[in-house]
Formats: sequence, structure tokens, C-alpha cells
Amino acid sequence: MNHLSEEQLILHYYGEEADPFAAEQHLEGCADCRTLYGSLQRVLNVVDSLPVPERGPEYGAQLRERLQSRLAAAPASWPRSLWNWLTPRTPLRVAAATAAFSLLLAAAFVAGRFYPQAQKLKPAPMAAADPQVRERILLVAVGDYLDRSQMVLVELANARPDGPLDISAEQARAADLVSESRLYRQTAAHTGDAAVATVLEDLDRVLLEIAHGPSSLSPGELDKLRQRLEAEGILFKIRVLGSNVRNEEEPGPAGRQKL
Amino acid sequence: MELTDAAFVAKARVGDTHAFGVLVERHGRSLFRLAFRMTGNEQDAEDVVQESFMRAFRQLSKFDERASFGTWLYRIAANCSLDLVRSRKRRAGQMVQEDSEMEDPTLSLPSTDPGPERMALSAEVRGRVAEAMNELSPTERTAFVLRHFEGMCIEEVSRVLECQPGAAKHSVFRAVQKLRRALEPVVSPAK
Repeated sequence: MNHLSEEQLILHYYGEEADPFAAEQHLEGCADCRTLYGSLQRVLNVVDSLPVPERGPEYGAQLRERLQSRLAAAPASWPRSLWNWLTPRTPLRVAAATAAFSLLLAAAFVAGRFYPQAQKLKPAPMAAADPQVRERILLVAVGDYLDRSQMVLVELANARPDGPLDISAEQARAADLVSESRLYRQTAAHTGDAAVATVLEDLDRVLLEIAHGPSSLSPGELDKLRQRLEAEGILFKIRVLGSNVRNEEEPGPAGRQKL
Repeated sequence: MELTDAAFVAKARVGDTHAFGVLVERHGRSLFRLAFRMTGNEQDAEDVVQESFMRAFRQLSKFDERASFGTWLYRIAANCSLDLVRSRKRRAGQMVQEDSEMEDPTLSLPSTDPGPERMALSAEVRGRVAEAMNELSPTERTAFVLRHFEGMCIEEVSRVLECQPGAAKHSVFRAVQKLRRALEPVVSPAK
């Protein structure tokens, strides 16, 4: 008689076994599997004894209050005031928005007609590209990117499989990250963040190798990868950079410092 | 009739912080439970909850409206917790002590007689469970918490972890196997 594997017993416990009836029948007739299943049940039941500090029904409201000031300061998908103007929902707002737009058009026309010709030859000021705004956008994006990259690398570095490990999921994530990184590297180079650009280049190289390497790694190959990550100190660099980026995301009186 | 999450998400996407506040109220408690089980530490869990909501608010433009807001939020919280657990791995040992020392009247071990011996045993068991949970890798812990405590199916766990269902299943297996090895001596019937 084929016994149920530990995996099958675990799936059965969670009600995800493909054929629960067959598993149940087997358990009824097999003392060995029943003993194993009983032990599994006891272990998983005792895990439930891990207590969670209770939060009352008022917790949500308290949390909301705590977050309120941070939410008000945080940029949502669009700046609120701009979005509200772009999507007027009352007749008054529609009229006001139309008037404002017309005024803007008229002002642009008048300015174009009467602005001295010589001024037109001067390079346009990069008002939209305020360096501080640009750098903050880069910081937020890079912070998120580093978090996700670190996750992929740490998962691979911590894996201790008995046999070959399928890393196709990690490869797909690495490929996505590589496609994102170019923009960050270019922006970092452009804003003079040489340290950020260097770490991003190192990271990019590692992610590229993972994305284009074999989708199944033997324990030995994983070990080599782990050694390489350690030798290059890439995880450490990511953590340091990530930590710096997160610190700088918080606006402070000291302003931005180079990484 | 109570509005759905999707309706509040739509408002929050255009910067309505009040609508987002409703989502915070709705999901705060469950997110705290998840974060606590992932981190094993009350203060860390609080930090994870707040950071998760802030990340969610900042990334609302990336949210696919066809998806479940709760699942998406769980994914963010799981990732926040993962980041925290990984960084905390460096200062190993602290959490086990905190957990085993924590007083909690909601302990759910079945008992009709909470005498001193049983209380001491319960504290020891909780300590062992917390210790065993700490031995799991961050991914295993996340997968296990989502499957075991949050009742998500493997498919949902894989969506939260952004991996293939096979990989999520494997993480749950590894977690249960490790827990079984660590806790079997504690739960074996007395000879």
C-alpha cells in the first residue's frame, strides 16, 4: 500500500488535497499514516496557541487618526488639488476651471506676442524639473526597487533545498526588476549620485545573471551564487543604500545629503 | 447600504484621504494580526501596519481595480513584514524572550484548570512555538502565516508572495516540516 506523503497530509489538513475522499479512506485503513497525521494535527493545533495581542473595535479609528497627518502630507496618485481641478464635478467648478483655462490661454497668447524676441533664444528654464522634486521621486522609486530586489536575492541566498530548486518565479521577478533599473541608473547618474548608480549597476548585473541563467539550481549552484553575493557584498550594499534612501525619503530640516 | 472597498479605493485614488481612512478602519485590525504573526513583536507589528497603509496610499495608482483591495493590502503588509523580519534576523534571540515573557489572557490552549503548573507549561509551549516560528525563513513564515492563520489557499498565498503556486506550496511544506521537527517533542502524548 502506498502511504500518504507528508505533503499530502499537510494539504489534507488544510483541505487542499486533490482527492480528499481517497486520503480520508487511506487514513481510516492505515495506522502509520494516522499516527503521522495525528502528530501533524497536534503540532499545527499547538501553533494556534501563539497569542496575538487583542486590538479592540476602536483600533481602526485610532489608527486612522495616527495616520491622518502622514496621509495629508503624502503624495497620492496625483497631487490632490491638481486632480480636483482636472476633474471638476460641480457646475461651479466646471465654470471656474473653464475660466481659469481660458485665462491661461489668453495669458500665454499675450506673452507670446509681446515677450522680447531675444529672450526666446535663451534656453528654457527647467521649471518642471525642480532638482529636489526629481530627487525625491527617484528616492521613493529606488527605495521600492531595492526592497523588491533584496527580497529576490535573500530568498535565493536563504534557500537550503535538498535537491534542485526551481527558481523560475525568482527569475521572472529578476527580469522585471532589470527592465526597471535602467531608468533609475540613468537618473542617478544624471543627478550625480555616483554611489547609487554604482550599487544599481552591481545589482543589475546580478539580477541579469539570475534572469538569464538556468531555471533550476542544484544545491551546489545555489551555494556558488550565495558565495558570490557574499563576496561582492551586494546584499549589504542594498541594505545600506535602502536604509539611506528610506531616511532621505523623510523630509527633514537638514535637507538632502549625497549618499 | 455600505459601500464596497472598491468604491472607497476609487475615491482614495483621486486623493480623498477620508475615503482612504475608511479603508484603514476596515482593514486595520486584520492587518495588525497578520503583521504580529509575521513579526512576533507588537511594536514591530504596529510599525508594519502604519507603513503598509502609507505604502498602499502612495501606490494606489498601481492597484488593479479588478483585484481585491484586501489581498493587495496583505501583499504590501507581507512585504513590509518580510523586510522587517529580515533586518531583524541580525539581532536574533530578542523576540523569543519577548514572546515568552508576554502576558496574554486570550491564550487559546484548551484548559479547564489554569493552575500554576499548566500556566508554566503554556508559557513554555508558547516560547517554543515562537522560537520555532523564528527558525523559519522569512518566506516560509509568510507563506505559513497566510495559509495557516489567515486561511488563504495556496493560490492566494502565491499571489501575495508574487511567486508560482508551486513555490508557495513548497514554502508552506518546508514551514510545516520545520515546525513539526521543532514542536513534536512538545506535543507528543505522554508515554
